[in-house]
Amino acid sequence: MSEPITVYVPRDASALSLGADKVARAIAAEAKARNLEIKLVRNGSRGLFWLEPLVEVATPAGRVAYGPVKAKDVAGLFDAGFLDAGEHPLGLGLTEQIDYLKRQQRLTFARAGITDPLSLADYIAHDGYRGLKRALAIGAEAIIAEVLESGLRGRGGAAFPTGIKWRTVAGCQAAQKYIVCNADEGDSGTFSDRMVMEDDPFVLIEGMTIAALAVGATEGYIYLRSEYPHAEAALKAAIATAYAEGYLGDDIRGSGKAFHLHLRRGAGAYVCGEETALLESLEGKRGTVRPKPPLPAIEGLFGMPTVINNVISLASVPVILDKGGAHYRDFGMGRSLGTLPIQLTGNIARGGLIELAFGVTLRELLYDYGGGSASGRPIRAVQVGGPLGAYLPESQFDTPLDYEAFAALGAVLGHGGIVVFDDRVDLAEMARYAMQFCAIESCGKCTPCRIGSTRGEELLEQIIVARSEGPQPGRIELLKSLCDTMLGASLCALGGMTPYPVLSALNHFPEDFGVSKDTAAAR
Amino acid sequence: MATLPQRFDPEQCQAVTREVLAAHRGEPGALLPILHDIQDRLGAVPPELLPLIAEDLCLSRAEVHGVVSFYHDFRASPPGRQHLKLCQAEACQSMGAKALTAALQEKLGLQLGETRADGSLTLEAVYCLGNCACAPNAMLGGELHGRVDLEGLLELLSEQEAHP
Repeated sequence: MSEPITVYVPRDASALSLGADKVARAIAAEAKARNLEIKLVRNGSRGLFWLEPLVEVATPAGRVAYGPVKAKDVAGLFDAGFLDAGEHPLGLGLTEQIDYLKRQQRLTFARAGITDPLSLADYIAHDGYRGLKRALAIGAEAIIAEVLESGLRGRGGAAFPTGIKWRTVAGCQAAQKYIVCNADEGDSGTFSDRMVMEDDPFVLIEGMTIAALAVGATEGYIYLRSEYPHAEAALKAAIATAYAEGYLGDDIRGSGKAFHLHLRRGAGAYVCGEETALLESLEGKRGTVRPKPPLPAIEGLFGMPTVINNVISLASVPVILDKGGAHYRDFGMGRSLGTLPIQLTGNIARGGLIELAFGVTLRELLYDYGGGSASGRPIRAVQVGGPLGAYLPESQFDTPLDYEAFAALGAVLGHGGIVVFDDRVDLAEMARYAMQFCAIESCGKCTPCRIGSTRGEELLEQIIVARSEGPQPGRIELLKSLCDTMLGASLCALGGMTPYPVLSALNHFPEDFGVSKDTAAAR
Repeated sequence: MATLPQRFDPEQCQAVTREVLAAHRGEPGALLPILHDIQDRLGAVPPELLPLIAEDLCLSRAEVHGVVSFYHDFRASPPGRQHLKLCQAEACQSMGAKALTAALQEKLGLQLGETRADGSLTLEAVYCLGNCACAPNAMLGGELHGRVDLEGLLELLSEQEAHP
C-alpha cells in the first residue's frame, strides 16, 4: 500500500471566508466515497487571494495548485485525477511557479501557506527556531548588533529602527522589562499581521523570545484586535504548544532564560494601535494616548522599560538572526532595507500579499501583479498606508515603495497596505469619511483630534452639498487651516495624520471638491 | 450559536462575575480580559455589575464605567440572536460596501447599530476585518464572509436562522 497523497486546503481566515471549510469537507467525503486514502493538511494561505480557496496536492515534482475551488468543483477535480496532478480548468500548475508568487522575495513569509501553522514539527522542519538557537548561542549584545545591522525599521508604520529601540531597553536597569507585540492591525487594506498570526504563529513567538533575550525581558504580551478571532485561536494553540515543548516558560530550551507570553484581546478601539494607547489598554485603562516623552522604551508597560513592536517587525527577527543582519539588509534601497510585505487590496483583480524588497513601484504592483482593477475600469486613486495614508493619483504611480520617497510626496508607506479605487470613487466623500473615522475613533485626549475631526466632517459635508454650485474658497481655506491645526497640534498620529488623506484628496482631485483643476494649480 | 439571555437573572450574573474575577485574581491590568470574559458568557456587561467589578479591583465605579464605555466592543445588553457586522472601511468601500449597506438596511428595515425589537437580529458597522483583498466583507457570529453581496448576505442570514 502506497503512502496516502497529501492534499492542502488552507485554514487562513480569507480562505475560510470564501468557503475553504466546505471544500475541505467535500474533498474528505469524496475521497472516502472513492476509497482513496488522502492526508488532508490545513495549511496557511500563500496570500494569492483571488485564487482562494487554493487547493494543493503534493506530487513528486512539487506541489500542484488548483483554484479558486468551490465545493461543487470537488467531484470534477477527482474525475480529472487531481491527486496525480491531472489537468483541470482550475489547474494552475506547480504552486511555486505561479508568476505572482515566483517573483516575490519571501523572507518573513517564507513558510506562509507551505506549512501546517499549528505544527511545531513542521515549523522546525522549515527552518523554524534556527534564529532562536543562534540567539541563545551569541547572547544579548550580538543579537542587538545583528538587528541593527539588518536595518530593520518598525513595520507598523512609524519606521523607527528596531535595533535602536532594543538597545535603549537593553541599557535600562529595571526589576522587570516587557516585550509587547502590537497586533492591533486596524488599518483598512492591511492583513499581513493577521496572516503571520494565522499562517505561521510560531515565527512571532520566536521573534518575541529573541527580543526578550536581547533586552533581558521575562514577560511578553500580544495585544490582538478583537476582530481577528481566527488569529486568536491560532495564537492560543501555538503558545500552548510552545510552552509544552519548552520554547516558552521558565527555562527556554534548557538555557536557564525565562520568557512568559500572554495573549490579550483588544476591544474594538482603533486608537489602541497607537503604542502608548495600547499600553494604557494593556494596563486595564481607557485607551488614551500618553504624551511622549517618556518613551515606552524607558517607561512603558506598568512604568517599566518596554519593547513595543509590530507583528511584522518581530516576525522578521528570526530570519535576521538565522541568516544574519547583512543578508536581510542587502534587500531594499536607500534607508529602507530588507523586505516589505505589501498588501494589495480593494478594487484590484489579483489582490494578495506580495513580499518584496523595497523599491518596487506602485505601477508594477497595480498592473504587473494586480492585473488592474477588479471592475475592469481605470484605476483613479490608491490609498497607501491605511486610513491615515494619502490618496495618490495616477501621476504618482511610478513612486518606488521607499519610506523617504513617500515622505517626499507627503505620503506614507505605513504598514504596507494599498487600497485601490476605480474611476467611480468620490474623493471628497473619501475625505469626509477620513474625518468621520477620526471622530469615531478619537480617544478624546487632545482637542485638535477630538473636536477637529467633528468640525472637519461637518465642513466636508457642507462642501459636498454645495460643490455643484460653484467654487467655495472660504470653506476650502477653512478646511486647509483646520488640517494644519490637526497636523501640528495633535498628540498622536490619529489626529496628526487624518489630514493626509484629506489634503491629498483635495490637492490631487480638486474637481471632486468643486474646485477646478486650473484654480488648484494656480494656488 | 448559543442563545443569549435577553433578560438577566441578577443572581446568575453576579455569580458569573465573581467566578471571572476569581479567575483573574493577581493578574496585572486585568480589566479588559475580565470584561471580555463576562461578555463572552453573558453576551454583555450589564451596568449593574460595575460596582462588583470596581470593588474587587479597588477601582472607582467611574473608572470601570470609563473603561467599559470607551471601547466599542462592550455592550450593556446582549446583541440579537443573529449578529451581522458589515465592514465600512475604505477597502470595502472601494468594492461597493456603501451601496450594499444601504440596500441591506432597506431590505431588513434595520439601520447599522440597531437591534430588532424581538431580539432576532443586530446589524452593526465594523471597521476592517483584515480580508481587504476579498472585499466587501461581513462577519456573521464569529464567521467571516468575503466578497459578499445582498443576495448572499440574505441567504447566509436565513441559513443561520434555519440551522443555528
